[in-house]
Amino acid sequence: MFSHKIIEKNSTLLLVLSLLVVTIGGIIEIVPTFYLENTIEKVKGMRPYSPLELMGHNIYKREGCNLCHSQMIRPFRDEVERYGHYSLAAESMYDHPFVWGSKRTGPDLARVGGRYSDEWHREHLKDPRSVVPESIMPGYPFLKAPLKVHDIAAHLRANQRLGVPYTEEQIEAAAVDMVSQADPDSDGAEDVVSRYPKAQVRDFDGDPTTLTEMDALIAYLQMLGTLVDFSTYSVEENSR
Amino acid sequence: MDPLSTVFAVALSGIATLLTLYFASQAQDTIFFVHMIIFALAAGLFTIYLARKCDFSREQMATPQGDDPGSYQGTYSDGIVRLGVIATIFWGIVGFTVGVVIAFQLAFPALNFDLPFTNFGRLRPLHTSAVIFAFGGNALIATSLYIVQRTCRVRLAFEPLAWFVFWGYQLFIVLAATGYLMGSTQAKEYAEPEWYVDLWLTVVWVAYLLVFMMTLMRRKEPHIYVANWFFLSFIVTVAMLHVVNGLALPVSPFGSHSYAAFSGVQSALVQWWYGHNAVGFFLTAGFLGMMYYFIPKQANRPVYSYRLSIIHFWSLIFLYIWAGPHHLHYTALPDWAQTLGMVFSVMLWMPSWGGMINGLMTLSGAWDKLRTDPILRMLVASVAFYGMSTFEGPLMSIRSVNGLSHYTDWTIGHVHSGALGWNALISFGAIYYLAPKLWSRREMYSLRLINWHFWIATLGIVIYAASMWVSGITQGLMWREYNADGFLVYSFAETVLILHPFYVMRAVGGLMFLFGAWIMAYNVWRTIRGERRVDQPVSEVITVGA
Repeated sequence: MFSHKIIEKNSTLLLVLSLLVVTIGGIIEIVPTFYLENTIEKVKGMRPYSPLELMGHNIYKREGCNLCHSQMIRPFRDEVERYGHYSLAAESMYDHPFVWGSKRTGPDLARVGGRYSDEWHREHLKDPRSVVPESIMPGYPFLKAPLKVHDIAAHLRANQRLGVPYTEEQIEAAAVDMVSQADPDSDGAEDVVSRYPKAQVRDFDGDPTTLTEMDALIAYLQMLGTLVDFSTYSVEENSR
Repeated sequence: MDPLSTVFAVALSGIATLLTLYFASQAQDTIFFVHMIIFALAAGLFTIYLARKCDFSREQMATPQGDDPGSYQGTYSDGIVRLGVIATIFWGIVGFTVGVVIAFQLAFPALNFDLPFTNFGRLRPLHTSAVIFAFGGNALIATSLYIVQRTCRVRLAFEPLAWFVFWGYQLFIVLAATGYLMGSTQAKEYAEPEWYVDLWLTVVWVAYLLVFMMTLMRRKEPHIYVANWFFLSFIVTVAMLHVVNGLALPVSPFGSHSYAAFSGVQSALVQWWYGHNAVGFFLTAGFLGMMYYFIPKQANRPVYSYRLSIIHFWSLIFLYIWAGPHHLHYTALPDWAQTLGMVFSVMLWMPSWGGMINGLMTLSGAWDKLRTDPILRMLVASVAFYGMSTFEGPLMSIRSVNGLSHYTDWTIGHVHSGALGWNALISFGAIYYLAPKLWSRREMYSLRLINWHFWIATLGIVIYAASMWVSGITQGLMWREYNADGFLVYSFAETVLILHPFYVMRAVGGLMFLFGAWIMAYNVWRTIRGERRVDQPVSEVITVGA
């Protein structure tokens, strides 16, 4: 007959058993998502971030934007009408980590790309209530600071090591691409689009002389939700 | 410590000082530089402190050092618990203050001042980490080290290591907090610190496990008391969660930035496996350990049911781990995982209430003490809040309910009824129980001030939670409201505008809770000084009031 006293009198046994008990759930839930092929949908158009977008994504995380804005549209009628097609797992597969968010103090941003002009974003980031009087968002006038990156290629390399399919060519050209994307007249501008299809190349912050954090953040926001080609997306083939 | 191991420790921390200075000299960004300097300062101060303690006199070399003369009764190592109680109060007030600040920022956005260091986005992780890890963590470390000595009838094992755990943990808090303000974050909720801070916490946590485990092994009681089952499970599970969720690749060994090992949907699942079990093990299992000691002691009754404690312990730790995916309902997480998460979350209701029943029923035959003992009242109220939150949680994990509640303030209300009602109240109760014993006073400076604290805090929680429930459900319903023509009725901005009064109410509720904590700090301070206020007995006041 089993008696709990055996466990109660042996601290090592208690430690081992309690650790075993807490590993089961995690293993059964998490491990399959790494090998079940239908976990991430097959889509056309997803690509890794361009260097400037990646820096924008990092500023987004640095300022905690994900604490008030989700990037995960749920398959509800009202959300799809308000924000666009519900979010796919494929759309965040290059985000280390995900920024789906858990709270909507502000609206969802999964498909904010192309919805507003660069100028609107500039004004809104500097002083949110100048364009949306009801807004309770903080202002970010300090984003006019120059974009400081110690070694952009190292950022791409780290992502590559974690499985993001950056090519050697993309990593080598990272520093040039980052500057060129905000400078449409530069020699490298066309290369950015060829290396990162659908990348938007222009001066995002209205200040052509300096590459700023505002450039990076707006480049990132304007890209959000614009990559996947939904005309070729099949719901049936990707049902889970 | 004997002189030889002191020399060894001096050498080790000296090397650590030099190494961190070297890292600082190679730093690629300001955050990393500042943090390496903080590390170096801490290690340097520690080296000097240890070196001054070195005593090579003949007596010291020959005989092992006796017990710390400052410790309570000379039997138990309580210096660390005393410091832990002070740290708990200090970080509690810091965390609540930041919480009140960001609550007012949501009501009055001008208070962000639009500066990098003062914006909501950076203060919010400061608030959550300060209350969960700094306040809650210190409460857990202090109480677990107090309880494990009493229930095992043995002094702490590896005492110097226990001191390392305490100070190392404070260093972790300082690194995390300063990092948030400078914009250093991994963007994972409740796991924001960057890779090197995570590594440091891992070292500290393993030391904590060692101290706790070795103390258990040296126990003079044949049985391991139930509180220690919960503490042990809390420590070992948090280690597992922290290590797996923290896996990341730094961009450079000399830079602060890293990218998480997992991406997209897998990172979401791992993060909420971590996040929900930070609730389950840090904020539940650990605090249940407190409940199983302080309620029986304060009520002077045995735990209600031994059998129930066995059943609810094993089922609680088994079921909790599965519940994470309920944070990801209707997202791009595969449906099968969402369903598993929901089913286990609903089942979790049972062991949670098993704990509540075991705590509350311990008062059988002692219910009258609630009238006269405000400390016991605080402990019991915390268990009642625990029961309420663990009923609300499973409810919110049901997909259709979650469809309404998710992304809204309902979640914030739920979290705070648990964190303020359960975690904070039971910690306050524990502090009121511990303070007189640790400083050898007969009782607290003033029981009536405890009574005041209890009512102000409880009222603050009710205002907080109620305003967030109304705010959350209002906004959730407005988002999905259609008019007769089939158009959405409200723009997003309109749903923000209507929440303003609730945000003001919430901030007021938080302010009341903070005020209560200040009353406690004052009361504990006067107790430590050995003073006693001549109070009217609490029971008489209540009789007059009724």
